[in-house]
Amino acid sequence: MEIHINGPRPQNGRKVILQGNEACAKGAIYAGCRFFAGYPITPSTEIIELMSSEIVNVGGTFIQMEDEIASACAAVGARWGGKRAMTATSGPGFTLMQETIGFAAVTETPVVIVNVQRGGPSTGQPTMSSQQDIYQVKYGSHGDYEIIALTPSSAQEMYDFTIRAFELSEKFRTPVILLADEAVGHLREKVVIYDGERKIRGGHRNYVVSPQEDFYMGNNSLVEGQLHDEEGKRIGHLAPKSSDFINSINRKITNHIDEIHDIETYLMEDADIAILAYGSVARPALNAVKTAKGIREEAEEKWKKLRFLKGLLKSKALHENPYSHLNVGLIKVNAVWPFPDNEIRRLAEKCKYVFVPEMNIGKYYKEVERCLHHSKVISLPKIGGEIHKPTEILDAIAKEVEESE
Amino acid sequence: MNRLKERYLRLDALPTLFCPGCGNGIVQYAAIAAIDKMGIRNDIACVSGIGCSSWIPCYLNLDVMHTTHGRALAFAQGLKLARPEKQVLVFTGDGDCLAIGGNHLLHACKRNIDLTVVMVNNHIYAMTGGQKSPATPKGVITKTSPGGNYEEPIDGAQLVICMGATYVARWTTAHPVQLQKSIEAGIKHKGFSFIEVISQCPTQSGVSIYGVKDPAYIMKFFKENSYIYKEGMDEPKNKIQCGVLKHDNDQPEYIDRMEARFK
Repeated sequence: MEIHINGPRPQNGRKVILQGNEACAKGAIYAGCRFFAGYPITPSTEIIELMSSEIVNVGGTFIQMEDEIASACAAVGARWGGKRAMTATSGPGFTLMQETIGFAAVTETPVVIVNVQRGGPSTGQPTMSSQQDIYQVKYGSHGDYEIIALTPSSAQEMYDFTIRAFELSEKFRTPVILLADEAVGHLREKVVIYDGERKIRGGHRNYVVSPQEDFYMGNNSLVEGQLHDEEGKRIGHLAPKSSDFINSINRKITNHIDEIHDIETYLMEDADIAILAYGSVARPALNAVKTAKGIREEAEEKWKKLRFLKGLLKSKALHENPYSHLNVGLIKVNAVWPFPDNEIRRLAEKCKYVFVPEMNIGKYYKEVERCLHHSKVISLPKIGGEIHKPTEILDAIAKEVEESE
Repeated sequence: MNRLKERYLRLDALPTLFCPGCGNGIVQYAAIAAIDKMGIRNDIACVSGIGCSSWIPCYLNLDVMHTTHGRALAFAQGLKLARPEKQVLVFTGDGDCLAIGGNHLLHACKRNIDLTVVMVNNHIYAMTGGQKSPATPKGVITKTSPGGNYEEPIDGAQLVICMGATYVARWTTAHPVQLQKSIEAGIKHKGFSFIEVISQCPTQSGVSIYGVKDPAYIMKFFKENSYIYKEGMDEPKNKIQCGVLKHDNDQPEYIDRMEARFK
């Protein structure tokens, strides 16, 4: 399972061991991020720490602001100064940034915001993982706007999706959220990284209403938080024009879902049970599919070579698979918002059941349920900060299938 | 017709939403005149927050960012750091700057980052219809202090002096020429410049603070009840302290310090 960066991968990759958060910082540098403003918060702090040195090494600017509100504002301000900008935070800080996310959406400012989710509400569980911000990321700021959110599930995806976040934000001139979580942020894995800087196309977009020229170019750009016309002049007091504006900033995203959506599948071709997962939960979900199908992990294959373990493995993995009757496949959603209705409908139309494991009280499954009319959508929530075990997912599926048959 | 009007105003955005007799026009003219005199039109951008005073730059034919309530300084710092060689002029008000944006003000001061802030102080939340602000004098009746304000007002200029701003001036709308010169000096100054302008709001605070609505009367009051501060002078009591209150060229500026550290 490997995709992610648009277009061909460069040839000069190097393999390194990185934490998810570090990979995110490296990805940002490679994507041409040259301004970072942030405020320390667990579990995203490694990003600001690494950025404080890395970005300076490539001629960029780092500033530690007085709070998350100011961090997000400074990033937006720097983008109008012509620097690609990012900030990173976690739950409580992300809540503070909502005001500026709305401002970036209405002024159509490209900016990347990383939310390494932890357990909430409030101070909640600072050191534990969660996916509780899945709705906040879409509905957090007031008013009608659409958002793009990407959910990495590995350190490599932290790197790749950060780059993609910059590409999408420049393309659609909108804030893009990298919705990671503590588990993936603190995971150390092999990551292929690249030297130099990736070319990301900016330029004028005809589906963008607001002024698009950076400051100090002699264009007299008026960046206006009120609803505005092409010149930035306020139209908030004019109902028909305001309605057109709101439609425009929403439709530039909903009309391009085909370009934005990013779904990977595993053994979905003839599956009649789908596990739909995003973010770090996609890992145990993948493992669950492999377990049910009797596909042993690579590591296990290596162990097999050791003859003295052969008998043990045979008895355990091959002959006692209690899930072999479950014909499961995986749908891994990498871009959770905007919700890819058509694609999910296409992939899951033949499935009798769709299980949605997530590290929250059960949120994203509602969207899946809304979109699928012929499948039974079942939520597998897990709260408390621990990630699902593959067997937990499979046990829940087995129980449900047994009960309904 | 003033020659600067055609050059600097977005004529199709007029009329402004300022009330007749508002002090914002005087501040707007002072800023335009300063920018024109310095010839830095293409090297300056304006940032503002929310409130009456934050509408001042929206009518200017310059790069302008009209941001969220209280956050102008945070946006401005990002912009300045992205383009250190260019100038940023921030327009804000007493509520925007001292209440909701208070934390950003403190930290921008202590960084001594090269911004020029014009804080128009009309002692009231005027755009929302006349509620008390952090600068509302004691005893004044507003929509949210019906029995008279019982909180001590914040003195913005003294606050930023404490926090490390390196150019601080205060004028009233009755000192337009001095104000223009201070804006020029603030832009030229390398460091955090803060210029407070005591302004009249005939609509919302005229009667409650000065007893009359007439802007001409209030400006006359400013003229008669203010003094220009000189170091070591005997300061009269109960009068508005005007003038350049601090001008320190010795403190290193934030971006200079940052660059020195990394070189």
